[in-house]
Amino acid sequence: MVELNLEHIYKKYDNADDYSVTDFSLDIKDKEFVVFVGPSGCGKSTTIRMIAGLEDITEGDLLIDGKVVNDELPKNRDIAMVFQNYALYPHMSVYDNMSFGLKLRKYSKEDIDERVHNAARIIGLEEYLDRKPAALSGGQRQRVALGRAIVRDAPIFLMDEPLSNLDAKLRVSMRAEIAKLHRRLQTTTIYVTHDQTEAMTMADRIVIMKDGKIQQVGTPQEVYDNPANLFVGSFIGSPAMNFFDVTLQNNRILDRKNNFSLEVPEGCLKVLQSKGYAGKRLKLGIRPEDIHTENTFIKVFPNATIKTTVNVSELLGAESQLYCKVGDQEFIAKVNSRDHIQPGAELIVGLDLNKGHFFDPETELTIY
Amino acid sequence: MKNNLMKKLMPYTFIFPALLLLILFSIIPIIISLVISFTNLDITGLGNWGAVKFIGLSNFINLFHDSLFLQAVGNTLFYVVIGVPAVIALSLAIAIMINFGQNRFFKLMRLVFYTPSITNTVAVAVVWTFMYNPSTGLINNILNQIGLGSVGWLTDQNVAKIALIILAVWKAIGLNMLIFLAALQGIPKDFYEAAELDGASWWQQTIHITIPSLKFSIFFVSVTTLIGWFQFFDEPFVMTKGGPLGSTNSVALFVYQNGFQQSNFGYAASASFVMFAAIILATLIQFKLQNKQQNG
Ligand SMILES: Nc1ncnc2c1ncn2[C@@H]1O[C@H](COP(=O)(O)OP(=O)(O)OP(=O)(O)O)[C@@H](O)[C@H]1O
Ligand SMILES: [Mg+2]
Repeated sequence: MVELNLEHIYKKYDNADDYSVTDFSLDIKDKEFVVFVGPSGCGKSTTIRMIAGLEDITEGDLLIDGKVVNDELPKNRDIAMVFQNYALYPHMSVYDNMSFGLKLRKYSKEDIDERVHNAARIIGLEEYLDRKPAALSGGQRQRVALGRAIVRDAPIFLMDEPLSNLDAKLRVSMRAEIAKLHRRLQTTTIYVTHDQTEAMTMADRIVIMKDGKIQQVGTPQEVYDNPANLFVGSFIGSPAMNFFDVTLQNNRILDRKNNFSLEVPEGCLKVLQSKGYAGKRLKLGIRPEDIHTENTFIKVFPNATIKTTVNVSELLGAESQLYCKVGDQEFIAKVNSRDHIQPGAELIVGLDLNKGHFFDPETELTIY
Repeated sequence: MKNNLMKKLMPYTFIFPALLLLILFSIIPIIISLVISFTNLDITGLGNWGAVKFIGLSNFINLFHDSLFLQAVGNTLFYVVIGVPAVIALSLAIAIMINFGQNRFFKLMRLVFYTPSITNTVAVAVVWTFMYNPSTGLINNILNQIGLGSVGWLTDQNVAKIALIILAVWKAIGLNMLIFLAALQGIPKDFYEAAELDGASWWQQTIHITIPSLKFSIFFVSVTTLIGWFQFFDEPFVMTKGGPLGSTNSVALFVYQNGFQQSNFGYAASASFVMFAAIILATLIQFKLQNKQQNG
């Protein structure tokens, strides 16, 4: 059992003018797989390194099992970490790399041997124990780095972009392997990535960060369906959410240049009006898969359609991505490839506003 | 066809000037001195080539019966055995300590330790001769101040060698420290972070991460330092002339004394060849050890 609490944590580097992490609060439960995701420089590594004890915490408290550990040395926090560049000791064999921490902690020879072989079996590197890291492939090195974390049997794993040095294909398979490893070992894990796909596929809970601040915490489904603000909406999901600048007028939203006018569903309209957005500007966000080209949809919702030109059309197998344009506004629609459209064609598309998101253009917070 | 030949010749034309200099000023003199070492060439021989005779190995045989030479060999071995490890250990230790900090103080220290190696040996030796002076020198004065007796730094047979080693080590630290510093800065930071999480103390990190990561620069420094100390010359030449009673004489100085002071060129050449062979042998042994360590 292990519980991790981050309470209003701030970080300011000595040589920096600004805080790199601001008011970071999060409770991590036992066995949870939490992913920190966000654009480069948003403070993910800084946060995970503060948890590891590699960076000082400027303000706030870090609790492990209810005990403040701000001033504990890394080795006393009982945390294992996997680094982006693996950080394998180049002059040591795979076996020595994995056993180094155990030796320093004065485990018995038999115990070390058993743990290393056990970990090697889990990561599938039993035949490579005598090799030096230089004689391993990138994927194998990554496995050794995982193995080094496994042997320690630490209750908390930290991983800082462990897959970013691997090629795309290997990354997908290692992703599955790490997920499998977590199911097997049930170790509480904090995983850092800037790849939203990794975050969505691996996480129990996602923490989305920007400029050192948490934007939203939730399950992949939650942050996908109910983004807390425009940034989360745009960051999560691929291809990204489309945004339109619109004005709410009576029961319709109008494009500023009158290229289209859409009827707002009743429930949504009530909320928008009650929050005082009648006649005001809004940002409409709609995901590519919520834009439809099927005739049935267009017949049923004739008031939710836009006439567009298709610029580019990408066939991706079962689905097609249509790069459309209305006025000078571009957007992407993801449609069934049966409805594949030739580039240059004029097309009527329907926007499923029940799945749409409305954001305040100033605060960028979600209204509905 | 012709083009092909040009292509093949091209690289040789590029290295030709360097090769020419090497042959002219290194290879040919080495060969000539090897030839001389088998002759009785001396000052009369220079004027009258007819008097020069090949005398086989007798120069070499004489050398190993010459107590002055044997003493010089013993002294040189002493210099090497004490000096080389001292230079490596001290410059490594200082590099590690200087690498520890980033602020101005550590930058200043870098300068402080580097300065001796860019100053002229003779000038430095003169200053140190003053400092080593038994009655008026700085060092003995300090020793007296703290209640210790005077030491005959350059006059006591047992101490003089040490005095020269201290000076030479002090002078050699700078450059080697710089080599180690450069290598230290190339060690990725995350090795230390991983080791810290593994529970390694600062000392354990130094032993298990830093030193193994510096393997190549340690090897480089030991080879160059070893060669340098086998040829130990400047310090005894300037400060003691090999005395007192030959106790600081080195093989290089012995070669100088015989060749340029007594004009026994053949004899000096043979002594220099013994030194040459010893250096080659020591370097080969080091390479072998290094290879073994790498593959083992
Ligand atoms: N040692 C440091 N000294 C000063 N500022 C730093 C230091 N390390 C990071 N920063 C700053 O802190 C901020 C957060 O950096 P951090 O490395 O945590 O970002 P990140 O989210 O991990 O980004 P990436 O995805 O590129 O790894 C950045 O603005 C960065 O410039
Ligand atoms: Mg990072």
